[in-house]
Order: sequence, then C-alpha cells, then structure tokens
Amino acid sequence: MSTVVSNVRPPLVTGNKTYHQITEDICSPTEKLPGMGWVLCLLGSLGLLAFGGIAVFFTLWFGIGTWNLNRTVGWGWDITNFVWWVGIGHAGTLISAILLLFRQKWRTGVNRAAEAMTIFAVICAAFFPGIHMGRMWMAFFVFPYPNTRGPLWVNFNSPLLWDVFAISTYFTVSLLFWYTGLVPDFATIRDRAKGFRKKIYNFLSMGWTGSAKHWQRWESLSLVLAGLATPLVLSVHTIVSFDFATSVIPGWHTTIFPPYFVAGAIFSGFAMVCTLMIITRSILSLEDYITIEHIESMNKVIVLTGSIVGVAYLTELFVAWYSGYIYEQYAFYNRAVGPYWWAYAAMMTCNVISPQFFWFRKIRRSLVWTFVLSIVVNIGMWFERFVIIATTLARDYIPSSWSYYTPSWVEMGIYLFTFGLFGTLYLIFMRVAPVVAIAEIKAILKSSGDQYVGPAVAERTGEINAGLHHDTHEEHLTETTPDTKKTSESDLRIGETSIDKNIEDFKEDLNFEDGEGSEKDDK
Amino acid sequence: MKRVLNKKVLYGLYNDEEILMTAIKQIKKEDADIMDVFTPFPVHGLDPVLGLNESRLHIAGFIYGMTGTTLAFGFMSWVFTRDWPIIFGGKPYFSVPAFIPITFEFTVLMAAVGMVITFYLVCGLGFGVENPYLDPRITDDKFCIAFDVSHSSKEEVEALSVLLERTSAEEVHTKDI
Repeated sequence: MSTVVSNVRPPLVTGNKTYHQITEDICSPTEKLPGMGWVLCLLGSLGLLAFGGIAVFFTLWFGIGTWNLNRTVGWGWDITNFVWWVGIGHAGTLISAILLLFRQKWRTGVNRAAEAMTIFAVICAAFFPGIHMGRMWMAFFVFPYPNTRGPLWVNFNSPLLWDVFAISTYFTVSLLFWYTGLVPDFATIRDRAKGFRKKIYNFLSMGWTGSAKHWQRWESLSLVLAGLATPLVLSVHTIVSFDFATSVIPGWHTTIFPPYFVAGAIFSGFAMVCTLMIITRSILSLEDYITIEHIESMNKVIVLTGSIVGVAYLTELFVAWYSGYIYEQYAFYNRAVGPYWWAYAAMMTCNVISPQFFWFRKIRRSLVWTFVLSIVVNIGMWFERFVIIATTLARDYIPSSWSYYTPSWVEMGIYLFTFGLFGTLYLIFMRVAPVVAIAEIKAILKSSGDQYVGPAVAERTGEINAGLHHDTHEEHLTETTPDTKKTSESDLRIGETSIDKNIEDFKEDLNFEDGEGSEKDDK
Repeated sequence: MKRVLNKKVLYGLYNDEEILMTAIKQIKKEDADIMDVFTPFPVHGLDPVLGLNESRLHIAGFIYGMTGTTLAFGFMSWVFTRDWPIIFGGKPYFSVPAFIPITFEFTVLMAAVGMVITFYLVCGLGFGVENPYLDPRITDDKFCIAFDVSHSSKEEVEALSVLLERTSAEEVHTKDI
C-alpha cells in the first residue's frame, strides 16, 4: 500500500519505528513511576491550586466584593481570563477536526494532547463566568429548565446565553471526540496491563476489540464529528465575540470581531500547544513522534494567524478613524494612549511583532525560540482581551463615571487557580493516557515514517530539498523506490511478500498513493 | 459485563497489514468465510476487500442533527411567542436571527451526542463491557483473520489452518470465545 511515497515531505515519525516500538514508546510512560520532572510540575500545579483555592473560597464566602470591579468596570480579569482560556481551547479541535478534513498528517502527533488541552482549557474558562455569578451553585439558572417561576425562561436573544450553549456544546463535542479516539488506545494499554490496572483500562476501553467493522464505524464517526466540530470551533469564538460585538459600547460594537476573535483564538491556542508539546516531548521522551516538523508546522500557523490578528488591529484603528464617529474614535485613541497604554503596547508587541520572527526558518525550528515566543504570544493574547474589556469599560459615556481598574489579590488568585487546575489535569492525563494517538500514528507510519519516506534529510543537512531535485522524472523513480523498502527486519518481510503482488495491484497502489494518502478517513 | 459468544474460533496472526490484505484477497478467492478481521489500527482499503457495507452512522447523525434543529428552534419560538412573550430591545417576539446561534449549537450537540451513543450501541461497546478477544497483541502489532469453526469438521478446520499458513500467517491458533 505504501510502496510509492513522496519523500518531498520530511518524515513525521523518526527513529525507524516498528508498530510494536510505537506501542512501547507511547504506553510506557503510563506504566512506570513518574520521573522527578513530572513530580515537580505536579507539586507546582497543586501549589497554585491550593493558593488559588483560598482566593476562590474568599470569593464564595465574602462575595465578589472581594474583587476590584466597580460600577463602571463590571468585567475585569474574570471575563478576560474566560476569553483567554476559551481561545486557548480552540487549537485542540482545530488540530483534530479541521486538519483531519484537510488531511494534514502531522496532526496525528499532537492531536491527542492538543484535544486534552482543549478540554481542560474549556473547564478553566467555564469557571470564570460561573464564579462571576457570585453564587456559583446557582449556575444552573442559565439553562432553560422548567421552573416554578412561571416558568420564566432564559433570554434566548442574549449573546450571553448563546455563549452558554456554545461553550457547553463545544466542551461536550470535544470530550466525545477525544474519548472516542482514546478508546482503541486504552485497549492497547489494557492488553499490556496486569492486575488492577488491567481492570481500570478494561473499563475505560469499553471492550474494544479492533474488529474491522468497528474500525470502519470509528472512522466514519471521526470524520462526521470532525465535520461537525469544524463549524463548531469557528462558531464558539464567534459567539464569544458576540458578547462584545452585539453591545452598543464604542470599541466593542464592531463587525470585525468574529473573524478577529477566531484568528486570535487559533493564534493563542497553537502557541499553548507549542508550549505544552515542548514540555511533554521532553518529559516523556517523545521526540520521535512530536518532531521539529510538528513544531514548525504549528509555528507556521502561528505566524499566519498572528499576522491576521495584526491586520485586524490596524483595521480596527482605521475603521474607527474612517467612521467619523467621535465616540468610536475616542475609544481607540484612549486604548492606545490612554491610562492603559501599557497594556495596548504589550498587546501590540507580543501579538503583532513577536510572531513575525517565525518567518525565519531557523527560529521556527528552534525549540528555545519557539518556547519563549509561544509564551510571549499567550501573554500578548491575554493583554488583547484585557485591552478590549478594561480600557473600553473604564471610559464610560459620562466622564464623571470614568474609572480605573486594577485587580485585587483575589482575582489574581483565581487566575492562578485555573493555572493549577489546568496543570494538574494535564499532568494526570500525561500519566494515565497515551499522549500520542497510538492507532493513528501506526496508520501513518508507512506514509510518514522515516524508514519509508527516506532519511531525515532536513534534520541532518538543514535543507529539505537536498538531493531531491532532479532534472528528469526517471531519476525520481529510481531514487525513491529503494527508500520505501526495507531497513529493518520486519520490513524485509513486507518486501518479500509484495513480490507476488501482480502488476495490477502495484498500479492500484500507485494511483492510490497519488491521491490523498492514507489518512484514516479516506474511503 | 462479560460477553460470551460460545464460538470456537480459528485465527491466524499476521505481521503486517500488507500481508494481511494479500491474505484476505487470497482467502476470498478460495471462498472461505471470514468471520472477522482484527487490526491494531484502521487499515486503509480493508472494507472493500472484506466486502463490508458502508457505515450508515452518518445518516443517523443527520437525523439526530435535524431533530436538534427542530427542537431548539421550535422551543425558542414557542417560549417567545406563546408561553412567555417578552420584548427584548425592541425586537419582535419571533426574532429569527437571534435564534440561529442556539439552533446551530443544539444541532451540533444532538448530532454528536446521538452519533456517539449510536456508535457504542451498535458496536456493542460501553463502560464495563468485556468483549472476548483472541490475542492481546492484536491491539499492538498483530493483524488477525478469524474463522468461526464452531460447526466445522476436523478436516475443514485443518484446511483453513493450511490456508492461513499458506497466506503467510505467522501463528495459527484456535480459541473458544
């Protein structure tokens, strides 16, 4: 099936892996005692969780009077953090759904962890509107359920309610998508486990057997869920932006918000995936699966979406000026040079300037640069939300109600609480579940493993196209064919049996590989 | 919940999906009746070779989705025109554009949840279900072709195992499941 493959694209699985080695590499972190690095990270997360827990307790006990919100600035860090976390949560579903539809094979290396990140980020996000209600235990009021107040229903015309539906749907669908992908991999762990662990994974893997019909349905399900999740992921941040865009506040009331929020969400989401992947691959030694190619691909997305965000910022300024509407003009003038100028400057630097470094190939492929810049981007994206929310609200319609807002320690503590929550959940996930989708990696091994697509030319010479350019087509054929065979013992066997394949079969395969490649959903 | 099929199964384990595919083609050519094929990952092009019909899961998904659309839109319309009409911001009671986001979200929610539940039901999977399995290495790196030999004679079983071996099966076993 994979007799003829292109070696123009660098390998996505390095280290000459066999199927069994893939199982071994990815399952082993769940089977041995955690290393020191993991323990330290967990302690750090738990520390944040504990400190943040005090802040949460203060809020619940004394009410949101413990925050520094005032009559003018009714939304502060809480909604800033909410939008920030939701934005981060966008990358996971984008990677698993949109990249699946676009048949990007590199998604297989990072989709599992990115989806886990999505789910945990959405949990953190949902916490903020919840705690902003003050009486958090009344949060179920936002759902339209039959009640004794009439029944009095929620306001279906309100973007805040649309948000409730968008976030809860997004969370549910992402969770289902993620878990469905996990079931076959849990089965792999189950079949290696013994004793009590076997019982647990037996429960989690739902009795998966790997039957052909089940795989067929599984693929069909993944494809349709991806198709559903694609408009969903775009709708979620669109609806989050409606929270602002449908209001009549100068600076919020702009039609550019939905696309600009979506681009920003993907931007910050990918930055967070980069941060996490760099940590994950080194803690779990998964360098062969989450390669520099993966990091580079994500950095390309970051430079693209970062530029979109940059253009959106400038467009906003232009439109404010061009509108001839003094309130709008003032809102943006105030953002840039008003009392919050420092936040605006931080946003511009981190979001518009810093991703531009990724135009350089060396920087895109450097772990240190990527790590630093990905964090800078997320700081920038936090400032973007803060600028939109706080600067706009602080200048009310009447100058007598103008105000300034700085957070209290409680608000900061709650933000740290979500960091602790996110970190704890992610670290636990790293220990109990396969961080890379085992079955999906195996499915792309023959079209993207280095022993099949050729040696990692890019890694050694720093030039992807080295030795790949020929003047004639014949040279191509002679050179690519040997690469696709052998190197390890098990592969030799493949070579032997394919001898009795007749010419027709071979042709069939050729056409087949010419097409879309062997992504799992391709039928 | 442990599931027992009361079947005697003859199965061969292969080392590679390409060998498996050639083997299945060969076995099909000799008219042997394959019970099932088990693989560690979705093998491309396996369905047509095995003669599996296309999954109808997406049709179910469409129906669930449409149910969601109708439910959400119908409910919001009922609430705002019949049950408790309120004017919000001067909008009409029946303000269709404002209903679109929730209608869309609910459509996606119903389609996704419905499809996932259907998937687990039709596959006979679920938390706590223990389906009988042939070999633990099937979820690792072995590809398995299984025959139901509960009612086969000794000669037939013998012929099938020869067939498996002839198509380069690494191991051939029988198991009661």
